Amino acid sequence: MRPIEYVAPTTVDEAVAALAEKGDAARPLAGGTDILVQLRGGRRAVDRIVDVKRIPELNELSYDAQAGLRVGAAVPCHRIYEDEAIAAVYPGLMDVATLIGGIQIQGRASLGGNLCNAAPSGDSIPALIAHNAVAEVAGPGGKRDVPVEDFCTAPGRTVLGPGEFLVALRMPTPPASFGASYLRFIPRNEMDIAVAGAGASVVMDGNTVTACRVALASVAPTPVLAEEAGAALVGKEPTDDALAQAAEAARAAAKPISDMRGTAEYRTHLVGVLTTRALRNAIQRAKEA
Amino acid sequence: MPSEKIHVRTTVNGEATDFLCEANQSLLEVLRDVLYMTGTKEGCNDGNCGACTVNLDGRIVDSCLVLGVEAQGATIETIEGVATPEGLHPIQQAFLENAALQCGICTPGFIVASKALLEREPNPSEHRIRHWLAGNLCRCTGYDKIVRAVVDAAGHMGGKS
Amino acid sequence: MTTVEDRNYKVIGTRPIRHDGADKVTGRAIYGIDYHMTGELWGKILRSPHAHANIVKIDTSKAEALPGVRAVITGRDLPVAADMEVDDGETSINTMHLSNNVMAHRKALYRGHAVAAVAADNQHIAEDAVNLIEVEYEVLPPVLNGREAMKADAPLVHPEQTTKSMAFRFDPGTDTGEKSNIAGRTEMRLGDIDEGFKQADVIVERVFNTNWVHQGYIEAQNATVLWNNDDSIQVWNSSQGTFNQRQLMAEILKHPVSKIRITPQEIGGGFGGKIPVYLEVPAAVLSKKSGRPVKMMMSRAEVFEGTGPASGSETVCKMGATKDGKIVAAYAELVFEAGAFPGSAVGAGAQGMFTTYNIENILIHAYDVVVNKPKSAAYRSPGTPQTCFAAESVVDELAEKVGIDPLEFRIMNAAKEGDRRADGVAHPVMGNLECMVQLKESNHYKSDLGGPNRGRGIASGYWGNAGMPASCAVSVNPDGTVSLAEGSPDIGGSRVSLAMMTAEAFGIPAEDVIPIIKDTDSIGYNGLTAGSSTTLRNGVAIAQVAKQAIDLMKARAARLWETEVDNVDFADGVFFSKAESELKLTFKELAGKLMETGGPISTAASVAPRGAGPSFSTHMVDVEVDPETGKVDILRYTAAQDVGVAIHPDYVEGQVQGGAVQGIGWALNEEYFYDDSGRMMNSSYLDYRMPTSLDLPEIDAILVQVPNPDHPFGVRGVAEISIVPPLGALANAIKAAVGVRMQELPMAPYKIVKALWDKEAESNGAG
Repeated sequence: MRPIEYVAPTTVDEAVAALAEKGDAARPLAGGTDILVQLRGGRRAVDRIVDVKRIPELNELSYDAQAGLRVGAAVPCHRIYEDEAIAAVYPGLMDVATLIGGIQIQGRASLGGNLCNAAPSGDSIPALIAHNAVAEVAGPGGKRDVPVEDFCTAPGRTVLGPGEFLVALRMPTPPASFGASYLRFIPRNEMDIAVAGAGASVVMDGNTVTACRVALASVAPTPVLAEEAGAALVGKEPTDDALAQAAEAARAAAKPISDMRGTAEYRTHLVGVLTTRALRNAIQRAKEA
Repeated sequence: MPSEKIHVRTTVNGEATDFLCEANQSLLEVLRDVLYMTGTKEGCNDGNCGACTVNLDGRIVDSCLVLGVEAQGATIETIEGVATPEGLHPIQQAFLENAALQCGICTPGFIVASKALLEREPNPSEHRIRHWLAGNLCRCTGYDKIVRAVVDAAGHMGGKS
Repeated sequence: MTTVEDRNYKVIGTRPIRHDGADKVTGRAIYGIDYHMTGELWGKILRSPHAHANIVKIDTSKAEALPGVRAVITGRDLPVAADMEVDDGETSINTMHLSNNVMAHRKALYRGHAVAAVAADNQHIAEDAVNLIEVEYEVLPPVLNGREAMKADAPLVHPEQTTKSMAFRFDPGTDTGEKSNIAGRTEMRLGDIDEGFKQADVIVERVFNTNWVHQGYIEAQNATVLWNNDDSIQVWNSSQGTFNQRQLMAEILKHPVSKIRITPQEIGGGFGGKIPVYLEVPAAVLSKKSGRPVKMMMSRAEVFEGTGPASGSETVCKMGATKDGKIVAAYAELVFEAGAFPGSAVGAGAQGMFTTYNIENILIHAYDVVVNKPKSAAYRSPGTPQTCFAAESVVDELAEKVGIDPLEFRIMNAAKEGDRRADGVAHPVMGNLECMVQLKESNHYKSDLGGPNRGRGIASGYWGNAGMPASCAVSVNPDGTVSLAEGSPDIGGSRVSLAMMTAEAFGIPAEDVIPIIKDTDSIGYNGLTAGSSTTLRNGVAIAQVAKQAIDLMKARAARLWETEVDNVDFADGVFFSKAESELKLTFKELAGKLMETGGPISTAASVAPRGAGPSFSTHMVDVEVDPETGKVDILRYTAAQDVGVAIHPDYVEGQVQGGAVQGIGWALNEEYFYDDSGRMMNSSYLDYRMPTSLDLPEIDAILVQVPNPDHPFGVRGVAEISIVPPLGALANAIKAAVGVRMQELPMAPYKIVKALWDKEAESNGAG
């Protein structure tokens, strides 16, 4: 790895200043499980690493029924799935926190880092979208909120401007009869990159779907919200036909490429399979909620 | 352009341990090439094999994905800290008795990871053991005897087994 | 489960703790890269980004100017190597090719081919310096597929290369004079193939493809080398054969063998991949140039792109059987991609292909073809997994066509002692049929699959195993222990198996033997830790040194008892007088009296055993296939293997289990995924996808013990064969589960889904 400068600010303002001073040549460091690999492999070059883990707000994990959930950008995955209350209320987050990397990775990697890495395959992103998550961004101009579905702009690129960084992810408290799920397909059973992934959330009224969100990973330059797929179920009972329509809408939203992880045709097919399975899972969870 | 070295204070295997490192050196590199603690192994240097697993502030991590400077103030446990003057840890003993190693390069990582599991969950199922250890690659054994060794160690450590 | 073969052994067959165990569970064991020297530098290789390119110019001036850089070398810094074949253990290689492979001279022949190297004060500076080397390439069209490379108009990897025609494996061959990427073609012929197919009631012919795969050892290649001021070279590395590597280094560097010493450190896996030399040579030249010891270690990407994986292959396989189930003819055409230089394992693949069956009429054409990929190396039963995948798939289909259970069909056709292999050699004593029968009697075979989309697959396999020379020395210690000096790096527990045979011979406990692995100047010549030969060949040497030492000790007992040496005998660890029954000394007692009876005793022996004893194995696997995603879950796995006499059953089981899992990885997910320019797209553990613990069930190993009659302890090789059957077994299980016959490895989920779509389209079309 090339020589780098390491700074570890303890406040948001210090971090903004440290990042702004170097522009593109500075990069925040949370769990490091992506950025260190990229720096070592020469896929990213920076002069300054800004370790944000010593800023209290970035380590905050808090939930209450009024305010909802706040996940500091540097909170590692294990803290999410080890918090039983949060895991119960946000099942989609629970799904991704337990499947990113292996146990060692989950000891470091954060959902915030996964979002900022902006990989098309970022597993947490469809789950965050399904949970209506909002990204809280700090920068030279102060703070702003960005819905997660608008956060990634291209592979490895985000809406963050010079000096900006992610402070936290916020999610509203789900309504009653809410369920969410994230499923991905990988050829191994762990330690793999999604060939395709689908996150889904539903709100049920009896056996009728009153709200639904579907988001996809690994089938477009960024994870995407498949609005038509969610809309296809709203106001309906989740019959096989209705689910098939949602799956078809999700397939239409997928614009995959062929690469070493699978062909475009196969990925589109998987979107249908995974969307159906994730929706069934979310509906089941909503009924049990 | 050699950069300035940074003074880092840590506790390694219970001992106050200071070291100097450059910002681009990983914790793995510091352990191996600065502190000469070569028990922690490099297999891939990108977090996909677990050979460099250490315990950092109570969590197992891949030390190749931690910078040495990030360990400021941290408590680190490596393979060198698992045995005591009284003898091998029950997991180490179980690895030997179950022939759970062939070449042995992955063994330190597996032992550090297994120890963290059994300290957290004294009586894990075979599936849970396989899940917990999925971040540790072994190319020699096919994992069979490793899993048996962890089950065996759990029994010796007080798990119901 | 173990079939016990009772020979009244005291130590053999028990399960003592390995002698290097404490070091390896505490992190104290010193592996190659753990060895440190004062003043050492870090070296790094610059590798070609192109699969095929002329090297027009290399400018190293910027790298040399970087502070902290101590030496920079290119191919020009290596001597011009002789154009001659040398033995590389399991394969042979031309010295010039070997030299060109460790450092490209005029042409880069694959992406990842070394073109220059740097030594610097630390690895980060070395890495920076490598990136400052400017290479001007003239990019040439690459040839990336063996079948394509055979075409007359294909670009030539080596424009002057001509095809050698060989009548059998290891034949020196006759030069055909035809310029071609086909480096060699071999024919194996038994009986009359046309006559054989005339007898057949059913014939199955299919084409199979396998992709390149890597051994995947967790420890990357590494070496620390000192070229001393007296021109002696010392190497500390991770090696599967120090004597072989010493020879290869001597040939490449044109340096006397006696001036090179290799001290093997602990080795973190190899499976064949650590037989050749890679970093040892540039590190030596960098050390000479810098005057300092130089340490090098590959990154994981370099291991994938710059070492020797196993060949990709195409196999045309045609077999015929009579309607009552006798296989009467087998034909194959094998195309193996050797990589950038000739020398794939196609010959071994041909020899192993139909060998588990007694077939009277066989014809095999085998082609060794160069392409712009890394030079292939040995990988556990080299060549045979690829060809047995094809044969076992076709055998399953024949069984189906004649309506006989696949295991029963194999039992009916199983080769036995005296039957002939494709190369005409008659089988010695071996347990091929016994493996099949034991599997048939297993609980696994009797169990139900219990669910939809599940299937059971069976496949058999053969591997010939190797002999190779060995040298050992023992010294009898005054406390009744024995120090065993040996020269074979311990890759998977051979210290304990060698110590156990030594203990058996001396009648002492395994713990009383101290096995130490020596450098190339401290012990006689040893072959490779490869070919499943370490325990076998060292066992022969151990039997000899033990006999020598015991004979010397008998003379000491005779002196003590004031009798003739012929009156002294030794059994079960006790020296006794044949004349006077009260005269007895245990080994330990007599060991304590050596100093007073003439001084210490140590003996040494070098052997070159023949009669390695072949390996046979049959595996059975249950899978469940998700027809929507193509994912294959392995539910249950049992491997039955003839292991001769299992010296340490735990480590023998470990070999069976480990090889089976490597085979599972090869079958399902592992592959070199290339783009059209010859760039490997998945050169990381993340994307290469070796099996994790969560991908597997228990692997049940049935040890069938048919002793090797040519070995003092009944040993036959055990380490390699287990990788052969899984490929076919999984293909057959997937066919049984969802009805598609997979003919291309890996049988990745997307390929299974595609095959299911094709099957559906076909049945719709037919309907």
